[in-house]
Amino acid sequence: MLSIKDLQVAFKTRKGEVTAVKGITFELAKGERLGIVGESGSGKSVTSYALMRILDANGRIKAGDAVYSGVDLRKASERDMRDLRGREISMIFQNPRAALNPIRKVGHQIEDVLIQHARASRQNARAKAIEALEAVRINDAAARYDAYPFELSGGMCQRVVCAIALACDPKLMIMDEPTTGLDITTQKAVMDLVDELVKARGMSSILITHDLGLASEYCDRIVVMKDGEIVEEGGPVDLFRNPQHAYTRKLVDATPRRGVEIRELLPEEARTLLAPHMVRDTPLIEVKDLTKTYAGKSGPVHAVKGISFTVREGQSVGLVGESGCGKSTTSSMLVRLLDSTSGQILFRGQDLAAIPAADFARNPLRTKIQMVFQDATDSLNPRHTSRQSIAEPLKRMTGLKGAALDARVEELARLTGLPAHLLDRFPHQLSGGQKARVGIARAIAPDPDFLILDEPTAALDVSIQAVVLNLLADLRVRLGMSYLFVSHDLNVVRLLCDHVIVMKGGEIVDAGPVEQVMDHPSHPYTAELLSAAPQAPRPQTAA
Amino acid sequence: MKMTEITTPAAPAPAPPAPKGSGTLKHIGYVLRENPVTGLSFLMFAGLLISAAIGPWIVPYDPLATNAAAVLQPPSATHWFGTDNLGRDVFSRVIVATRLDLIISVAAVTLSFIFGSVIGALAGYRGGWFDIIASRCLDTIMAFPLFVLAMGIVAALGNSVANIIYATAIINIPFYARLVRAEVNIRREAGFTLAAKLAGNSDARVLAFHIFPNALPPMMVQVSLNLGWAILNAAGLSFIGLGVRPPTPEWGIMVAEGANYIVSGEWWMALFPGLWLMLAVFTFNLMGDGLRDIVDPRRRT
Repeated sequence: MLSIKDLQVAFKTRKGEVTAVKGITFELAKGERLGIVGESGSGKSVTSYALMRILDANGRIKAGDAVYSGVDLRKASERDMRDLRGREISMIFQNPRAALNPIRKVGHQIEDVLIQHARASRQNARAKAIEALEAVRINDAAARYDAYPFELSGGMCQRVVCAIALACDPKLMIMDEPTTGLDITTQKAVMDLVDELVKARGMSSILITHDLGLASEYCDRIVVMKDGEIVEEGGPVDLFRNPQHAYTRKLVDATPRRGVEIRELLPEEARTLLAPHMVRDTPLIEVKDLTKTYAGKSGPVHAVKGISFTVREGQSVGLVGESGCGKSTTSSMLVRLLDSTSGQILFRGQDLAAIPAADFARNPLRTKIQMVFQDATDSLNPRHTSRQSIAEPLKRMTGLKGAALDARVEELARLTGLPAHLLDRFPHQLSGGQKARVGIARAIAPDPDFLILDEPTAALDVSIQAVVLNLLADLRVRLGMSYLFVSHDLNVVRLLCDHVIVMKGGEIVDAGPVEQVMDHPSHPYTAELLSAAPQAPRPQTAA
Repeated sequence: MKMTEITTPAAPAPAPPAPKGSGTLKHIGYVLRENPVTGLSFLMFAGLLISAAIGPWIVPYDPLATNAAAVLQPPSATHWFGTDNLGRDVFSRVIVATRLDLIISVAAVTLSFIFGSVIGALAGYRGGWFDIIASRCLDTIMAFPLFVLAMGIVAALGNSVANIIYATAIINIPFYARLVRAEVNIRREAGFTLAAKLAGNSDARVLAFHIFPNALPPMMVQVSLNLGWAILNAAGLSFIGLGVRPPTPEWGIMVAEGANYIVSGEWWMALFPGLWLMLAVFTFNLMGDGLRDIVDPRRRT
């Protein structure tokens, strides 16, 4: 149905022409579900843009053939392409909110596609649009027709995008990271829905993702891409059990899954012995009946409803939950960026909740509690070099100056594995993994005892995530820190944490040692979270 | 990156860091070379600065000296831009006037930059009642036709160079304040702002040293455009008889004086000061993008 041969895509840049896709070949049969897996910069998205002929103005298909049901996608006129897009091939984009026009009702956006491809007339467009919404199982579709994208949740928006994509019964659906940024249970719901619809309508699909586990669950065949080339191709089980290419092996290893140790995420040659970290009985942080209530427009919003837990010296506690469960609010209160409404936060017996967040910057305890932020790009000042970013807390809180300061910054860079020559670069000149290292170096600079990690690997590729997780595990041993690891990914939490807390709707619904909670979940919500995580097929042997 | 590199000291840096300053100079050089229009505008700006700095010493004639023997002479080799109705050399007067016009515009823009930044940054960062009051005050200023407001201010405060500067500054404050407010507001909750607080910075320090500098790139475009407006504004006030008084050489007055003679064919008296005024405004307008690129580290690759 779709056949791609030696496809090359190139972009004109300031530094000359860059070939992003370097001659890839694959075929897609009718009704087949193909997964394209690769990390950022592998050319997987560019390939799909090239197929749809929606490359940026500076990009072009340099060579090769792409034929869809007898139509040469390379030579087809723009008019033919317009007809093809949506009717024959449709696409679901990464960020559903960005893919929808924010100032138009979702119903109208579905009508646009229907009318464009003459599937509906002005008279029956509304009914057909509602039908399309019902097809993606949106409750109360007639009412949602009049909703604006901002009134819908992320998962709902993605359903609407699916409705638009499926409205004209296309034969091929291309999904470009369709669930990035969605909660894990929402991800499962959306993927299950799309998968079911694709199967029921006998469509073909291409799923583009960085998550090998997700691809293996929803695809018949997987193509692994690296640096614009296909390095391996095969069925999901084969790929996991017996990866042929070194890169595939690295990806398979780095995918967090049940029953592996944190070191096993790394390539074999890098698996050094991990020293065990000591958990003492003395509590470091005791949270007692902590609440946070915001004054909302329609009455008070209870973001955190009286939670209590303890983090012991040296212990790593995972805080798990979906967006809106109050985990970010909790971590903001613990790190003293946000005042609590009531309750206590005892740090070695001293109540931090009694100190207003605005005054905490000048408190000597400021050095003891630090945080690594979710988005490394957003958390680094674009005007500061890595050196300035890492030196900032030292200058403000430790009084180090001159050569001593430089020496300490270089020591921190070494600790976090940041090459010294990158210290004088600005954030935009660093890769995602390097920025994550700068963020970690800055957080451990004042020698904290308690580090809050707010999804520190959420924006990273899996192989980088594996390295960063191991770095965090090493630092924990070397510096004797306690962690509060905030995440929605239970597989990752399992690797790094001793204890786990599951939050839902501002309350703790489940808590306990990691093995107990994850292997024998006592609360149905925990079980739901666990089952929603895509499970990669287990490799038979570690070799 | 292998684990071994984390646990053992990393290899020595392959590229020694360039000394500070030279990086900035290199970046400026790069920006100027990359965009010839920016380069040209900076050259023209340098020319303006030179005539402002040493103009009075290099001009061939005393700009105030009248000469009854050489009245209303057309441009020639002795008088490049001709002479005016009192026999003064127009070229000398145009060049000498640069200093006054630049001082007025730079001082006015500096004042509005400072006050606008402070008001806008506080409004954007604090929000709440301060934001509401400040924003409505700025809206009130914007509600007036700005040139008429400037006329009113100068007329009320009195006819002096200082008052032209104040008037020009006041009418420009809202532009800066609004821009800074928006730029600060979007960064108030940014990750690096929170990180700066965790590093032990007080709110004031976070605002001044972490958030505000990020507003500089768009501010620079505003500054550059505003320098042009400010010169036009000052010249406009002088043209209608407010502000600088004759016989001080100033482009606005010179155009006003020359305007009377255009009908009788002595076009050079108004043309040349007007041309210089236009060139100055043109220069500032062109400079904006270049200035932004220079203060934005993200343009460095």
